[in-house]
Amino acid sequence: MKYVIIGNSAAAIGTVQGIREYDKEGQIVIISDEKYSTYSRPLISYWLKGAVTEENMRYRDTDFYEKNDVDTLFDTKVIKINPDKKTITIENGNEVSYDKLMVATGSKPFVPPMEGLEKVEKKFTFMTFDSAKAVKEAIFEGAKVLIVGAGLIGLKAAEALEHYGADMTVVDLADRILPSILDTEASAIMQKHIESKGVKFILGTSVKKFSEKSAVLNNGETVDFDIVILAVGVRPNTELVSEAGGKVNRGIVTDNKQAVDGLKDVYSAGDCTESFDITSGQQKILALLPNAFMQGEVAGKNMAGKETYYLNAIPMNAIGFFGLHIITAGSYDGEAFVETDGKENYKKLVTKDNELKGFILMGDVKRAGIYTSLIKQHISIDECDFELLKNKPQMMAFTRERRNEKLAGGVGNGN
Amino acid sequence: MKRVYVNEDWCLGCHLCEYYCAFANSGETDMAKAFKLDKAPVPRITVEEGDGINFAVQCRHCKDAPCVKGCITGALSINNGVIEIDGSRCVGCYTCVLSCPYGCIVIDEKNGGKTITKCELCTRNSAGEPACVANCPNRAIVFEERGED
Repeated sequence: MKYVIIGNSAAAIGTVQGIREYDKEGQIVIISDEKYSTYSRPLISYWLKGAVTEENMRYRDTDFYEKNDVDTLFDTKVIKINPDKKTITIENGNEVSYDKLMVATGSKPFVPPMEGLEKVEKKFTFMTFDSAKAVKEAIFEGAKVLIVGAGLIGLKAAEALEHYGADMTVVDLADRILPSILDTEASAIMQKHIESKGVKFILGTSVKKFSEKSAVLNNGETVDFDIVILAVGVRPNTELVSEAGGKVNRGIVTDNKQAVDGLKDVYSAGDCTESFDITSGQQKILALLPNAFMQGEVAGKNMAGKETYYLNAIPMNAIGFFGLHIITAGSYDGEAFVETDGKENYKKLVTKDNELKGFILMGDVKRAGIYTSLIKQHISIDECDFELLKNKPQMMAFTRERRNEKLAGGVGNGN
Repeated sequence: MKRVYVNEDWCLGCHLCEYYCAFANSGETDMAKAFKLDKAPVPRITVEEGDGINFAVQCRHCKDAPCVKGCITGALSINNGVIEIDGSRCVGCYTCVLSCPYGCIVIDEKNGGKTITKCELCTRNSAGEPACVANCPNRAIVFEERGED
């Protein structure tokens, strides 16, 4: 059996681990367009601010490939999948055959057309190690930085650049920050927190026109800059699959074994795919590292012949900015219980159909996974002491029976 | 594999397990000294107290561990069944706190929450066997094999 994996990040590594649980013999080839051994993409901001060394960027120990008997082809771009021949074509024209193929191509920065952007010399996206290195090369003490996009990527870049004493302005078309994971109140708390570190926000508007060292916004303001970070959004890398005839909506469509719709023996996992979010009942791209790894692992097992399903996917994020932590999960459509101390602690629990569907914790995030488990395991809130859960996440809120099953019954099970 | 289990009928809610856990992992040889330090060491076991019921909770060392799978840096790994944290590679993102269904990943307040910490069954400190078990006055916490691996 020959397995070929396109990509070398969390979903690809999950695939290797999944395969090797059931097939120690088959050949595995990883092909990546980056030149690095597997590294943790979310760590680029930590590296940029000097909190993590290049060596500690590694997502797995350096002997991972050797231990798992994986052949690697780095710095190599795959340009085509040929499903009829069961080969892929790489950029030099050579073909590589596969029995089972994993497409773990991730996503790329989305840069909308913006007038004058070509005049800006120092403009960067912020998704790969190379992009972080380019920013580090360009940044200098006290540099004026314009960050376009107040989402996770833009704000992580801001956190890192604060260490260089950068003078930062963040512009976003949305009227609040982190709209994909926070509600209005939590956004406001986080915005105030980040502003207290000297970052300026100009929200509800966008860049109308760039000049070499300044941008005119649609609200009439002008922002001067030395460096621009473009963090408007990301798009899944789906072209290889769509061109080969596989089904793509917003992301690559797979079944719950991660097999690509319409392409035999081709699997996909990670940020390029869609998942079924059980809290909203919708197919979505859940561009989250844990999701990528777990999809990859499920795919790998199936590729190696062990039937396994990826179920219970939910949006979930654990992230902090300038020392203020957030943990969120699920969706926020339903009845909300909200508690705040008027400072930086904020809690929101959302229930619907007698289940916890989502939550936001900011500040005090201790033991949040107990809430996550209520969502993922579809535990009826009637069965729990919900008053206790409103107070804090605790095992005490479960029935004795359920608690014993969880705690006393031997091997814990992740879900 | 041997794991730590609690019998909630016998747990007195005395919190001694928390103190002995924190001490065992403090690197200090003197308990009084360990707790006199600027910032007290953090226990990796949590006692929950309720209406006439108490119990201690710590890492279940899941085989199918969501904390390990979700770890964004690879700092969490399973070695001989024990889920271990490499503090030098943890950046304190708390994805594991989000993922652990038992609430057993502990934010290390001692270093200001820069990393997480967790029960490693006292395999990486000098206690030799789980300190919570050895020092439970009512034998409410046990370290034993329960049939599964």
